[in-house]
Amino acid sequence: MGGRVIFPRVEGELSVRPEAAELIAIAEKVEAGERISREDAIALFETDDLLAVGSMADLVNRRLNGDRVFYVANQHLNPTNVCILNKVCVFCSYGVRPLADDAYTMSLDEVYAEAEAARSSPTREFHIVGGLHPKLPLSYYTDMIRGLKERHPTVHIKALTAVEIAHLARLEGVSTVDVLRELLDAGLDAMPGGGAEVFSPAVRSTIADRKLAADEWLQVHREAHELGIPTNCTLLYGHVETAADRVDHMLMLRDLQDETQGFSTFIPLAWHPDNTALGRQMGVEGERTGGVDDLKALAVGRIFLDNVPHIKTHWIMVTTKVSQIALSFGVDDLEGTVVLEKVTHAAGADTPLGLDLDEIVELIRDAGKTPVERDSLYNAVGEPVVA
Amino acid sequence: MTAIVSGAATGLAPVDAAERAEFASLYERPLLELGAMARERARAAVPGATVSYIVDRNINYTNVCVTDCSFCAFYRRPGHEEGYVLSNEQIGAKIDEAKRIGAVQILMQGGHNPYLKLDYYTGLLDYIKTHHPIHVHGFSASELDIIARVHKVDVGTVIGELKDAGLDSVPGAGAEILVDEVRDRIARKKIDTARWLEIHRVAHEHGLLSSATMMFGAGESRADRVEHMIRVRDLQCETGGFTAFIPWTLQSDGTEMDGTPEATASEYLKTIAISRLVMDNVRNLQVSYVTQGPKVAQVALHFGCNDFGSLMMEENVVSATGTDFIMPRSTLVQFIEGAGFEAVSRYQDYSPVRPDLDWYCGCSVCMDRRVP
Repeated sequence: MGGRVIFPRVEGELSVRPEAAELIAIAEKVEAGERISREDAIALFETDDLLAVGSMADLVNRRLNGDRVFYVANQHLNPTNVCILNKVCVFCSYGVRPLADDAYTMSLDEVYAEAEAARSSPTREFHIVGGLHPKLPLSYYTDMIRGLKERHPTVHIKALTAVEIAHLARLEGVSTVDVLRELLDAGLDAMPGGGAEVFSPAVRSTIADRKLAADEWLQVHREAHELGIPTNCTLLYGHVETAADRVDHMLMLRDLQDETQGFSTFIPLAWHPDNTALGRQMGVEGERTGGVDDLKALAVGRIFLDNVPHIKTHWIMVTTKVSQIALSFGVDDLEGTVVLEKVTHAAGADTPLGLDLDEIVELIRDAGKTPVERDSLYNAVGEPVVA
Repeated sequence: MTAIVSGAATGLAPVDAAERAEFASLYERPLLELGAMARERARAAVPGATVSYIVDRNINYTNVCVTDCSFCAFYRRPGHEEGYVLSNEQIGAKIDEAKRIGAVQILMQGGHNPYLKLDYYTGLLDYIKTHHPIHVHGFSASELDIIARVHKVDVGTVIGELKDAGLDSVPGAGAEILVDEVRDRIARKKIDTARWLEIHRVAHEHGLLSSATMMFGAGESRADRVEHMIRVRDLQCETGGFTAFIPWTLQSDGTEMDGTPEATASEYLKTIAISRLVMDNVRNLQVSYVTQGPKVAQVALHFGCNDFGSLMMEENVVSATGTDFIMPRSTLVQFIEGAGFEAVSRYQDYSPVRPDLDWYCGCSVCMDRRVP
């Protein structure tokens, strides 16, 4: 019986051969390195062949990133939860009205005190986002960035979503480019991708009516890219949106990326319904997106957004277990240490508030990948960590 | 006595050296490739893109135990103030509650309590079948062993008497890792590999179906796990009495092994896929949503699993370690359907529930009890 092979290896670059005819055609495009269409991406969301979708995403990712999986030692800072959109964004439980009992706004000294955690840890990035405060001026943020840079000169600052930047522009009566210039001047290194939600006007009017519209969100990112500020992009999934809504959203991101090449990373965000008006209205508090849907959002994102270098899994939202599995489904970036997460936990997340670096390294290694510590700009820092 | 129970028909020969080597190297394959191979086997075993689940209730009749397993947070030594034994009436009340929400069986397991004699068990089973009839899936191999030892009779006598009194099938617990070097480290006082397999063989010979579990992530090697699978497969070749294989990961919180890092999700998915490939002759492979959480359990349906386990109205043992994922039926069905499968409610023998049946269970053992 020697030499008998019971489980032959799959031939070709895909580890799973799709079975359905429409998937075979898409897989051929992916193998040939061709761009897939809007209809192709919708078919990938709608198929039950999760493994074939994952295999295509894995191939796209390997061609871009090899076996490397990036992670960053980061710390989230949320300076305020006061938000003039607290009634508008019905999917959110973090933002509150200014006079709410649990409203808070940190003084700069409080921000600096919380950031002191970075001194005793290998933090390389502050991720700073918060509510749209009706009073806090642009100078609050530029002073904060300067103050953090003074105290932690080696830590990158990724701060303020497009929605916050547009809000500051309105508050100050200046253009969004002016706001971006002042932030850049203060030391801003990169911009996060939040506030995109879903661009479809129908969805937006349901979950975030009167929030910054799609073209305005994209315009702020275009301006940031033109100023040389790298940014991320996101998609909030798992509420009222359809597969077509998701793909149309990603199509707008892909078009802008063709124009600017300014997006570093695409991050699908799994909606958490607890304590939100939308969750109550839909009767889904306590529910979570399925693991299959989490993996599909990442994998289809990887295949469709062929011009975005990185896809990030947010373990806070999908659990560390699903994030690790995602490393086989086209994902090359694992959300970092975070230290103290507030926004998703306000909506019921039962994941940890932060992770240790060695836990992240071990998860990556256990998935058969090579961990690479990065900074905000995806430069590898030092050698891969040896645990 | 039924000589050989129904189960997956199996023409497989015992595993040879070439197969053993190839099984052991499967862990080196990419995760998705393993998933696709396992999925193909699952489809052949269980056609029709269905995923089954059972509505049942765990009843832990006693927590008194003398076996001191280092991975367990549930047991209490004899004399401990938190030790308990449920009365027949308490158990009957729990069964009635379970039946009201549609339960088709109870899973009855407990500690290795040296004060309970065989007539306690036969009396309890008789009480249940007389006053609260339901399928009783109960008494894992290590419990059957201690009953036999306390009574100084062979385990076949115990199984025969329990079956006559109302035992309908035997759970696959206590298997841990069926490699004695591992068992000696984590469950020194528990029955050894040969005894576990022997007891299941005897149960099958008495016409009782059983399942087989595997608890991994307890410091064993991947080769130990593959050996465990091969041992179940080889016994299945002889008896055909295993309905399902149920792998789960050690949850160490609150146990003597506290701090043991849990097997990761990638390792879990690889292990279930390899289980499907090695145990070609065991029809059903069950996800462990109690240890993996519903998200990973859903993904596991694409890696060779075809059963979501039980709704588990009450679960004392794993929740004693802080793991707790009990969910409503609608949520469970939604998770199965969200993965692209049809959800089917089943009996313990994995046949679909027959809502019009005028008997408490449609499995063959229970149906045999219908004729006086």
